Amino acid sequence: MREDEHLATLLVNVHKFPAAHASGDAWEDTVGSDGNGRSDGNGRKANDNGRQANGGSAADIAEERAKVEAQIDKLFASHPPADTPEKEFWGAQFDHGLAWVAHPEGAGGLGVSPRWQADIDGRINDAGGSTRNRYLNVIGIGMGAGTVLSHGSDELIQRLLRPMFTTEEIWCQLFSEPGAGSDLAALATTAVKEGDTWIVNGQKVWTTLAHLATWGLLVARTDPDVPKHAGLTYFVVDMKADGVDVRPLYQITGDAEFNEVYFDDARISDDLRLGEVGQGWTVAMTTLMNERVAIGANVSPRGSGAISHALDAWEKLGHDDEVSRDQLVSYWIEAEALRLTAIRAGEARTSGTPGPEGSTLKLHWADLNKAITSFSMDLLGAEGMTYPSGYEFSRPEVTSSRTTDAHVAFLRSRANSIEGGTSEIMKNILGERILGLPGEPRVDKNVPWREVPRS
Amino acid sequence: MTSTATSAGPASPTFAVTEEQDLLRSMAKDLCKERGTSARVREVMLGDDGLDATAWQQLGELGLTGLTLPESLGGGGAPYVELAIIFEEAGRWLLPVPLLSSAVLGTEALVAAGSDAQHTRVLPDVAAGTTRLALAHLDAAGRITADPGVRAARDGDGWVLDGTAGYVIDGRTADVLVTAVVTDDGLELFLVPGDADGVAREDVKVLDLTRPMATVQYSGVQVADDAQLSGGDAMAALHRAITAGIVMLANEQIGATQQVLETTTAYARDRVQFGRAIGSFQAVKHRLAQMLVELESAKSTAYHAARVLAADDRDELAVAAPMAKALCSEVYERASADSIQLHGGIGFTWEHDAHLHFKRAKSTKLMLGDPKHQRRMLAEVLGL
Repeated sequence: MREDEHLATLLVNVHKFPAAHASGDAWEDTVGSDGNGRSDGNGRKANDNGRQANGGSAADIAEERAKVEAQIDKLFASHPPADTPEKEFWGAQFDHGLAWVAHPEGAGGLGVSPRWQADIDGRINDAGGSTRNRYLNVIGIGMGAGTVLSHGSDELIQRLLRPMFTTEEIWCQLFSEPGAGSDLAALATTAVKEGDTWIVNGQKVWTTLAHLATWGLLVARTDPDVPKHAGLTYFVVDMKADGVDVRPLYQITGDAEFNEVYFDDARISDDLRLGEVGQGWTVAMTTLMNERVAIGANVSPRGSGAISHALDAWEKLGHDDEVSRDQLVSYWIEAEALRLTAIRAGEARTSGTPGPEGSTLKLHWADLNKAITSFSMDLLGAEGMTYPSGYEFSRPEVTSSRTTDAHVAFLRSRANSIEGGTSEIMKNILGERILGLPGEPRVDKNVPWREVPRS
Repeated sequence: MTSTATSAGPASPTFAVTEEQDLLRSMAKDLCKERGTSARVREVMLGDDGLDATAWQQLGELGLTGLTLPESLGGGGAPYVELAIIFEEAGRWLLPVPLLSSAVLGTEALVAAGSDAQHTRVLPDVAAGTTRLALAHLDAAGRITADPGVRAARDGDGWVLDGTAGYVIDGRTADVLVTAVVTDDGLELFLVPGDADGVAREDVKVLDLTRPMATVQYSGVQVADDAQLSGGDAMAALHRAITAGIVMLANEQIGATQQVLETTTAYARDRVQFGRAIGSFQAVKHRLAQMLVELESAKSTAYHAARVLAADDRDELAVAAPMAKALCSEVYERASADSIQLHGGIGFTWEHDAHLHFKRAKSTKLMLGDPKHQRRMLAEVLGL
């Protein structure tokens, strides 16, 4: 597995820039919590993608297992994983209800506990099949599916989910804006209704995969005269439509993993609205709660990831420095402790008794990744002054490309504590949702969005 | 690249907890909470012996003082995960009992190096809590070397011991000192009654009053031939005892860190300055959040090490034990220091308990090999 791939599976969504969803604001305002920062959100249908605690009696579990295994056997019989073209296999997987196993039948699932998904994907991989669609279309499969299922019409569910799963239609997420990062609910892109059509104007940023995407998940302001959370509406937008302009956003690595998306009188049919007008925040929370992937389902091996760069550099150095050795082992220990914590969190989730450990992973991973990749450059000495791949200004097909190179990893890691919730916001969440500390005073909560100061 | 540092790790680590373990935790929690109130701990730590004999007796009645002994000797098999739970709970409340010295260090050394007859003679009473062991394996300067500072010479059918052992945990009150000595044949372990003629024990003025240590002088101490442990290699037994010791210390440290986090968080919720609970200030909140992150990470290593010890996976234990001791030591130390800072002035007073953890943290960090030592061991195992 590629390094960036395992990061994607090990941890919460790290490839999309919008920090906003993790805003303390968002969580405090709209999310009920069981005290562990895990929430049963708002207005979602039962069995949405991967978020249920796993209750159920032993008999229920046995029954579900039998159902799932029967479907796997059928799928493998008709579509041998190793010999079926990927997209065809993924389509058949969807048709057999094994795409999002917790979805209802007909929508890519079997209506059973999401706990079985890891087993299913494991079986597919073991049989020589591929589950890399989850990575290729990470926004759609990871986050869009649950949102469409919870808030979309039956027509949209039928139309959108299958080609999403087969990667025939790639998805992106249009949340963050230049003026709305951690404070997502302050976003300023407008949608104004004309008849059965919405006219959209504004700018989105940090949009992973937008240049490849068929569909985008858009949150726009439909009422500026109410407080910020109340004036938002959620849409699915055709990325190829007139008035939608996707431009590469080059980052410090020289690559453009991300895009900027400009809306200039783009038109969206009202059929493509998810949820009610003014309920966009609630729908957006569904998206963001769906983004947590099954932690622990696919934990990377010991010594892989960022620490592998340090180990490589240490080899080059010839093991020749006591101070560096001590530091290296310190980082090795931290990396291994994080890995064990991911396993522990995964087990706790599977057994239905999640604790705070799952919520600490993103923050810890981000800080550690930055520290270790920086240390690896130090170990490289003079070579640390180089950038061997050069600044290519490429536009990779997948996210976080080239972090198999220590120099690129060093630069790319700076984003880890910004994307997917800045470390500052993550600490607010831990402090408020897990430790129960009071929030900061708010100055924008009960004020019409139009009147709130903006930079 | 080295293979060990990048191996897949243990086959399938699991952190699952059984119902019995939950039950044990709740039992241990009740006992430790009752006996480990601030008032009691302070009374004991300023008393003559520095240990809570009543708490020890209660632990013995519950069968927790000899948990890891073979069942034939009155123990409970090899439930190291359960023992780690006791340490975690005792660590929370700084319970001043000789768990580390007797139930782990002394017991492990005796089990590993003693003969069946020696086991039968001593261990049932250890399991019952009526005999307390201590391990005297360091020289007067606290170093562990091939020459531990005590020499044994042949004396007729028996032996005579001379020298000084330092930093013996609970050494002044122990009934039997499992003493590392050098003989003409090399390192050996001897059982020496604490009240034997020629044994002089003096308390060390310790930083952490909740865990006493003694300097033990052996002046012409005569012991019988069967005082020499004769069932296993002494060096291996010492290694085993220390490894089990650092695994248990790591679990003690994370229990204590959990307590520090909880009490400091509670204070940050209650303490009002500038018209707001101080925990609403990000400068305070973020420090506590960081403490939580570090604690959860440290917990994983401590739990993992206990499970590896229970599974008797020697190769993985050589990784898991030093990893846990190195990380948990530093996490506890930072948490206990932050706790004082976040409490402000009250945190610096004698009456507040913050200093008890601060001292326990520093002391346990340096005990049985400090983090640098653990990392050196680990570097060797990993081939780095």
